[in-house]
Amino acid sequence: MSIDTPSKPQRGPSILVQSVEGVGQGLIGFVSNIGGVMSLLVDVVRWSLRRPLRLQNLFAQLDFVGVGSIFIVALTGLFTGMVFAFQSSTAFELFDAESLVGPTVALTLTRELAPVFSALMITMRAGSAMCTELGTMRVTEQVDALETMAVNPVQYLLVPRIQAGLFMTPALTMLFNTAGMGGAYVVSVVVKGISAGTFISRTRQWMDPMDVWEGIIKGAIFGLSVALICCYKGYNASGGAKGVGQATTEAMVSSALSIFILDFIVGVLMH
Amino acid sequence: MSDSNSTASAKPMIDIVDLHKTFGEHRVLTGINLTVPAGSTCVILGGSGSGKTVLMKHMIGLLKPDSGQVIIDGEDIVPVGVEELQRVRRKFGMVFQAAALFDSMTVYENVAFPLREHTRLPEEQIREKVRAKLDLMGLKREAEQKFPADLSGGMRKRVGLARAIVLDPKVVLYDEPTTGLDPITTDYVDEMILAAQRELGVTSVVISHDIASAFNVADQIAFLSKGVIVEHGPPEQLRASEHPAVKVFLQTWFGKN
Repeated sequence: MSIDTPSKPQRGPSILVQSVEGVGQGLIGFVSNIGGVMSLLVDVVRWSLRRPLRLQNLFAQLDFVGVGSIFIVALTGLFTGMVFAFQSSTAFELFDAESLVGPTVALTLTRELAPVFSALMITMRAGSAMCTELGTMRVTEQVDALETMAVNPVQYLLVPRIQAGLFMTPALTMLFNTAGMGGAYVVSVVVKGISAGTFISRTRQWMDPMDVWEGIIKGAIFGLSVALICCYKGYNASGGAKGVGQATTEAMVSSALSIFILDFIVGVLMH
Repeated sequence: MSDSNSTASAKPMIDIVDLHKTFGEHRVLTGINLTVPAGSTCVILGGSGSGKTVLMKHMIGLLKPDSGQVIIDGEDIVPVGVEELQRVRRKFGMVFQAAALFDSMTVYENVAFPLREHTRLPEEQIREKVRAKLDLMGLKREAEQKFPADLSGGMRKRVGLARAIVLDPKVVLYDEPTTGLDPITTDYVDEMILAAQRELGVTSVVISHDIASAFNVADQIAFLSKGVIVEHGPPEQLRASEHPAVKVFLQTWFGKN
């Protein structure tokens, strides 16, 4: 065979094999991530029961996650309520059912939109910061430094952040509800001319405290999940600035997905 | 508080016996034996990837070995649990390569951190102790309220050492303390290591690939190559070593003759 004869090109695995491999890899990653997050949850519960309680760190995180997110969550809630009231009243007008705008907005907000949107806003604002801060501390050996100083990093860094997510997301969900209903009221009553009495009485007629509770429970579950995922990704980051960036991207995507998946699961379980 | 200021004796502070550690397929430590007498300075010298950092992480319990013993101050720390390890770690101070200062805290808060975590001292006494250590490291008062991001590399190292010694530990571990520093700052860091030993009587373990600095500060040098210690003794013994790995390494500094 002469040297110039082009050799048969080496064929890699077929597209089918590659895509099956891709799905498999993704699945393995997904399962191992769930395992990692669950074992972190066990660690967090264990360390949150031990002294010292580190209230100062907890309050700092409650302030950062909760108080710091008030404006952005209220604004999101206000506009969500306004848009939703506007669109639904336009639709309900077609068959003279404007009186249902109030309850429609209220039920959807309390059960679904408030916990989901609040958790998404907290993911973006506080979750990303948690992940990058912990990731940077990990890659600059600050986490190791804590450990060598006989301070448990899970207790010192993670427990307060995860508790803050757990406690503040339901609180912000309530704020979202309030702002959303305020916005819906203004649009329905002031802009669309629905009578205030109808709006309020119909809403009270259709709403049940359980609807609000559903949102609060969802908020707590989402908040816990988001904080756990963001802390897990940041705490286990490696490979310098690039690694921290990658961990943050993964944390954002996984957190958002977890919100939607858990929303479905909790929704089904509660009805 | 620890009694680290007692006079140095020949009793071993760190005794490592037949230590093995493998990461996956990679055998990093393959039978380390090392004794560091109390109050002395031991430099672990070796090239990149020789397992120096892994060895140091075993000393403070950040890594568990596959087999072997790590005896600190008479106590084997390999089988102990998390809680016990916390107690053992209070005997240590560690200076990290890039200082690893908490960047959300000021210099003062960084140095005060171990005191606030592990003692119930009133704030005046904390201030006194922090200032004493900062003075020992030659840091001025105005540096106290600065954040780590505003400090030079050398200053960060000094704050890192001040933080490591603020609880008067028995052992101070230095992870490549002179890497990335200019020759004058390197000299200064060497002086700092000697000062900490002289003033506080601590046992020091320095991991380094900086030959000049090693010969400056060491009472004894252990040369690590391919996961084992191939030479261990006073600097002059290392200088006279016939081991090929040691000879090649030292030739880079002392020249071929």
